[in-house]
Amino acid sequence: MSEEKSMSEQHEIITGIEAPIYLKYNFTAGAAPTRFLAQLKKGKLTGQCRAEPGAPVYVPPRGSCPATGLPTEQEVEVSDKATVQSFTIVHIPIPGNPIEPPFVVANLVADGANISFIHLMSECDNAEVHIGQRVQAIWKPEDEWDYAMDNIKYFKPIDEPDVPVEQIGKLPVTGLEG
Amino acid sequence: MSQPDILNQAFELGFTYTRSTGPVVGRFLTELKKRNIVGIKASDGRVVVPPMEYDPDTAEALSDFVAVGQEGEVVSFAWVKHPREAHPMDKPFAWALIKLDGADVPMVHCIAAKQESDVSTGARVKAVWADDTIGFITDIRCFELVKE
Amino acid sequence: MKEIAIVGYQQSDCVSDAGALNEVELIIPVLERVFEQVGISNAQDVDFVCSGSCDYLQGAAFAFVLGVDALGAVPPIKESHVEMDAAWAFYESILKIRMGHADSALIYGFGKSSPGELPIVLSQQLDPYYLAPQWVDTISLAALQARLMLDQGKITERDMAEVVARSRRNALNNPHAQLKGDVTADEVLAEETYLSPLRKADICPVSDGASAAVICTVEKAQEWGLPYAVITGIDHIIESHNPGMRDLTDSVSTRKAAENAGMGEGKVDVAEFYAPFSHQEIILTRALGLGDDTSINPSGGVLAGNLMMASGLSRIGEVFNRIVRGEADRGLAHTTSGPCLQHNLVAILEKGEAA
Repeated sequence: MSEEKSMSEQHEIITGIEAPIYLKYNFTAGAAPTRFLAQLKKGKLTGQCRAEPGAPVYVPPRGSCPATGLPTEQEVEVSDKATVQSFTIVHIPIPGNPIEPPFVVANLVADGANISFIHLMSECDNAEVHIGQRVQAIWKPEDEWDYAMDNIKYFKPIDEPDVPVEQIGKLPVTGLEG
Repeated sequence: MSQPDILNQAFELGFTYTRSTGPVVGRFLTELKKRNIVGIKASDGRVVVPPMEYDPDTAEALSDFVAVGQEGEVVSFAWVKHPREAHPMDKPFAWALIKLDGADVPMVHCIAAKQESDVSTGARVKAVWADDTIGFITDIRCFELVKE
Repeated sequence: MKEIAIVGYQQSDCVSDAGALNEVELIIPVLERVFEQVGISNAQDVDFVCSGSCDYLQGAAFAFVLGVDALGAVPPIKESHVEMDAAWAFYESILKIRMGHADSALIYGFGKSSPGELPIVLSQQLDPYYLAPQWVDTISLAALQARLMLDQGKITERDMAEVVARSRRNALNNPHAQLKGDVTADEVLAEETYLSPLRKADICPVSDGASAAVICTVEKAQEWGLPYAVITGIDHIIESHNPGMRDLTDSVSTRKAAENAGMGEGKVDVAEFYAPFSHQEIILTRALGLGDDTSINPSGGVLAGNLMMASGLSRIGEVFNRIVRGEADRGLAHTTSGPCLQHNLVAILEKGEAA
């Protein structure tokens, strides 16, 4: 097909295309996350657990106790004080987020909860952030509260003794001294 | 304690992919940009438009390009009374299987027509090109009925 | 080779919108029921777990990982997932048992299609160069297929309407069906076309929900003391992704899969087809040469409720239910994937010795 070849030679051969896909959805929070978010709008951090003494408390809850596969039907209020379970210092900006790097993203376990959630830490010396460190939520003004985890702007270190590693994730709602 | 039954939030999910075309698809799109349509010969000699990279029966790599016509025949059509937002037209139109002149295998594309009764199986249609052709399947904006 | 049996099957109701329930909340009640049916506590009591789902349906990345939260996966379990209907998770589980790596398996499928625009979401499973960028939806492709059948005189609109009417009537006995009723073909034909030549009634509804099954070796089924149906054959075959290259009025891949699964070795009392469009049930019935002595889609099929990623497993479950209830000795379950019956799976189930 020499005729075809000469046609192609006149133009640059296409080797790639832009093929973006945009799909619209209406996301629905699950029933359990809806209960969690409704409490958060009131400034309360809650977890959920199976209705059984000693059952692990999950924050945020997603509807099941993953360890057993059973529904988390019971609401438990947890503290807005938490312990650093792990952390990282981020040097790249989050797209669309005003927070400027370097900033600290941490796995935090609220007192009374048994599993960590991810949030930001601020008002701290990044170099001194460490596992076991005690922190507390800094909330937005009440009139800005919505069904959202960013009702809490960030967590800030507080003057309490560190939690030993083996006790992280096991504190009662009253904290280490409780 | 009152709480909302359902919390929901509309969002748009974007996958901003670029795709490598390879020599066969790339050649087809390059020709589209020039407002030409090419097919490819399958192992049994059938001309496939748009060209496939491999023969579906024998898995043989295909490379024998063939120029085909810009007019063809409607093999089947579906009349879209209620176009969806993602669809290529915002008023009723037809999706169709169209066998271009010189091709043996029909291709899927759309036909602009005023009403369903204007379209029929066996009807002749011709390609309508986009104002700017860029090397994309929608360089053929649509097909329209050939007036006899 | 060890014979494999189905010992449990449960599904949720097919609903047009599951509201606030998320994936795990859809799955938990169905798993609870199937565990109870089989007499086990959770996924720890089977050797393998495999699920089917598609994150694109609800637009949530790794939504399928959330599904694992319904299992009780502590301590860790052997788990796998297919981004397909759970009927293919069923297939994978059979391979796992055949290879001797497991004696029992839990299979589940779930889908929450209501958050998105399903026919458009599914357009993105097509050829990414020639079809997906045109956003040609699954209903339109099925309509092209139906018109080929009509133009070639292979079916009439009345034939299609009769499939719908039978589905609606059969679904009256299906507690999980979404669309049911005493509807006549004339009433269906009186509807105007929606995406011509299809009427809305020719098109399966969009449903949210989940289904689950437990399979195991026949020895294990007998040890558990459970009624069971033996899976005597299974295969799946795919056709070209280019609709223009296929004979859309036939289903060659279904026929081949059924032959390979051993359909011809006995009578087929019941067949459950995954036919999301009325004309496709006719294509499938004819492709397999099934006649009046086979009960087709006694559940109403997916025209009565279409749980994307779970309704294929439900076809198998519906045949299982009829065998263990003694209504059938042998049945065929079919599942499809892709546009216009592109990819088809067929399983043959038979009454067990002791059942």
